[in-house]
Amino acid sequence: MTDLTVPQSTTARRGPLWLVLRKLLEVRELTTLLFLILVSVFIALRSPYFLTPDNLKAIVLGMSTTGIMAVGMTVLLVAGGFDLSVGSVLALGGALAGWLIVAGLPIPLAVLIGILVGPAIGLANGLLVTKVGINPLITTLGMMSIVRGAVLLIGGGFGISNLPQEFNNLGQTVILGFQSPIWVMVVLAIVGDVLLRRSRPLRQAYYVGGNERSARLSGIPVDRVKIWAFILTSTVAALAGVLTAARFGSASVTAGTGVELSVIAAVVIGGASLAGGEGTVLGAILGVLLLQVIQSALTLLDVPLYWQPISIGGVLILAVGLDAISRRVRHLDGRA
Amino acid sequence: MSAPAAAPVPTPTVQPIIAAIGIGKSFPGIRALDGVDFSVLPGEVHALVGENGAGKSTLMQILAGVYRPDEGEILIDGQPVVFDNRRDAEAAGVSIVFQELSLVLQLSVAENIFAGRQPVGRFGLIDVKRMNREATSALAPFRLAVDPRDQVGLLSLASQQIVEIAKALSVRARVLILDEPTSSLTTTETERLMATIRSLRDRGLGIIYISHHLREVFEISDRITVLRDGRYRGTWRTDGVTEQEIVAEMVGRAFQAVSGPYMPRAFGTESALQVEGLSRAGQFADISFTLHEGEILGLAGLVGAGRSELAQALFGLTQPDAGTMAVEGHRVRFRSPRDAVAAGMGYLTEDRKQAGLFLAMSLAWNVAAPNLKRFSAGGFMRDAEAREVTETYMRQLRIRARSVEQKVIGLSGGNQQKVLLAMWLATSPRILIVDEPTRGVDVGAKAEIHNVLLDLANQGVAIVLISSELPEVMHLSDAILVMHRGRVVARFAGGEVDEDEILAYAAGVGGAPIAGAASHEDMA
Repeated sequence: MTDLTVPQSTTARRGPLWLVLRKLLEVRELTTLLFLILVSVFIALRSPYFLTPDNLKAIVLGMSTTGIMAVGMTVLLVAGGFDLSVGSVLALGGALAGWLIVAGLPIPLAVLIGILVGPAIGLANGLLVTKVGINPLITTLGMMSIVRGAVLLIGGGFGISNLPQEFNNLGQTVILGFQSPIWVMVVLAIVGDVLLRRSRPLRQAYYVGGNERSARLSGIPVDRVKIWAFILTSTVAALAGVLTAARFGSASVTAGTGVELSVIAAVVIGGASLAGGEGTVLGAILGVLLLQVIQSALTLLDVPLYWQPISIGGVLILAVGLDAISRRVRHLDGRA
Repeated sequence: MSAPAAAPVPTPTVQPIIAAIGIGKSFPGIRALDGVDFSVLPGEVHALVGENGAGKSTLMQILAGVYRPDEGEILIDGQPVVFDNRRDAEAAGVSIVFQELSLVLQLSVAENIFAGRQPVGRFGLIDVKRMNREATSALAPFRLAVDPRDQVGLLSLASQQIVEIAKALSVRARVLILDEPTSSLTTTETERLMATIRSLRDRGLGIIYISHHLREVFEISDRITVLRDGRYRGTWRTDGVTEQEIVAEMVGRAFQAVSGPYMPRAFGTESALQVEGLSRAGQFADISFTLHEGEILGLAGLVGAGRSELAQALFGLTQPDAGTMAVEGHRVRFRSPRDAVAAGMGYLTEDRKQAGLFLAMSLAWNVAAPNLKRFSAGGFMRDAEAREVTETYMRQLRIRARSVEQKVIGLSGGNQQKVLLAMWLATSPRILIVDEPTRGVDVGAKAEIHNVLLDLANQGVAIVLISSELPEVMHLSDAILVMHRGRVVARFAGGEVDEDEILAYAAGVGGAPIAGAASHEDMA
């Protein structure tokens, strides 16, 4: 029985440094972090204002909305789905809460309803995808349009402004120097990262995204996992919407337009794959931060506004392209 | 270590079409080939055998120009050559048919045969008429009744295989490499392919035949070369060596026949799984049986007889239209595989890559998939425990992998099958359905898998065994059901039936002996 020994790994022969480097490269978050540091150093050398506390706070506040949504979107991408309707759901969460407050409902109840519209839409998305069998692109594209229409119906052409300060405090209170949406993002990101890494319910998402048929035969409730991922995604989007409305004291009908693309881009930059089965919340948050830093840099360096979408798209393709190349190298390595 | 088989044949005096001398090739972490010699003469079938991971595919990919060897040289008609890519090899007359068919199912037969080099007419447009005409003549030697305009996806697998061969030959090949050409073919289809290979050989082609089916190898080949762990073990004339000797060379130890006769075993009297009148429209009808604790029930039948469909219904993946099931005396209705797993059932699918494993994930994660409850506490995963258990199975099943962290995609077929087995062993199933457990698996791994199944049965696990390999069914089963067109057409106790009789029932000519399997119409 001794003739079937595993051959010596050649990587071991290349020394410990190489091994450490390879291990590090396999942790996708570190690639994103490295990228983030490089970009930051570059900007800091060009603009003295970049590393000031005020600017850093502005960056973190600026990323909070996208960051909150990225937590849900990561789980959904890991489970092999994705959601284009989050931008519209964000707008609806804020508009609905604002409208109910103006209509005279107690603020806590209005806020609760504004947030709960999220799970309702997520459930609809999930059921359409799993039970009816419409693909996620079409389902959520349709939902994006429907929900945006609902926002316009509620908010009219101009949205809902002059919301009471009591409500606005939800998004404007400063705790330990940071505004509340930042804290919500931080808490959600930490809890989300730990749960996605370690908890049994969320571990199932990796299997569903990794191979749906194998997951089903392994006794994993594939449809249920997907539906819950859609619900989670919509819920944090609606929450982000309520916080955004409170932060600005008004619910705009155009809030969150196009944000679905930056959320998905950030999550993918952070290591998730549209094919499912991969990704972490930490990586996604780093992805959001990277995009926000670039946006801040463009402002600080006086680059015309129109370069923003171009740079976001460029970074997305660059990050995913680098990953695809390193994956190909590793795949060759994994060959027996 | 066994005594060597009959002495390898001396180097032939005829000039080989292609010869590989002292080939060595390494991949990071693996020494895939080391000092391998191989040659093909005009007008011979040269079989290449070895266990999974022995280096057969790597050697063929070197001959076909996919990889470049690190050491050694390749001679064409005695002249050294270097292939930079497949096109170079094809230009030298070496053509390969890969294990996984590379046809585009949506395109026509002719378009597939001439993919990338369609004849063009005026204005650079594809000359469809000429292409179809040339396709017809390319297919002529195979006496295949297909129109070159037919869509490939609508042909049977055997016909697709032949289209693939015609495609490989259409580049004026002199050496044809066939990698596991029969792994998805029925008996009749295999026969037809064998006839095709013989006629190609008689036309002076050199054919390299790679297969795990030693029976086929002995039937078709003139010489056999054995590789083990990337090393050359020798080349023998097929008529001068026995199956046992070749197996001993492959696995490096004296070896009992893989599928010996049925050894009577005691099993329990308690019913583990009782099925009454189970039916599902268009798939199977009126299936009844009782499976006892520790019993192995073999389901024999041809491809398309409804055995896998039955297994899927037993496991809750599909819902039967009629009939009942009872697990350990309790009536059950599984709405999903989840219910079946909860009831103590396990299912090793025949489709391990698409529906069994998580190829992009590690061994440990694969083993954990059906065991998330076992490997968690208070809702949180205990990954260390999953890794430990996986390591235990790695040793026990002799899974050849670098570590439990290695991704399953990098393992050979036999080792992947063992990972699938480990996944389900870890669930401690009381009833296990195994569908083609040794398909595409080499002899060594096959015997090991058989032993695991027998051990499980001896520990009281009830097993439903679906296999297209009759020797396997007969070797392991305490009871055999033969299915034909979705129905059970015969029942036997273990050891009371021979292969011909099962085959006759499976082909729908119950009882009467059949000559070969030539009369069988494919039902798939």
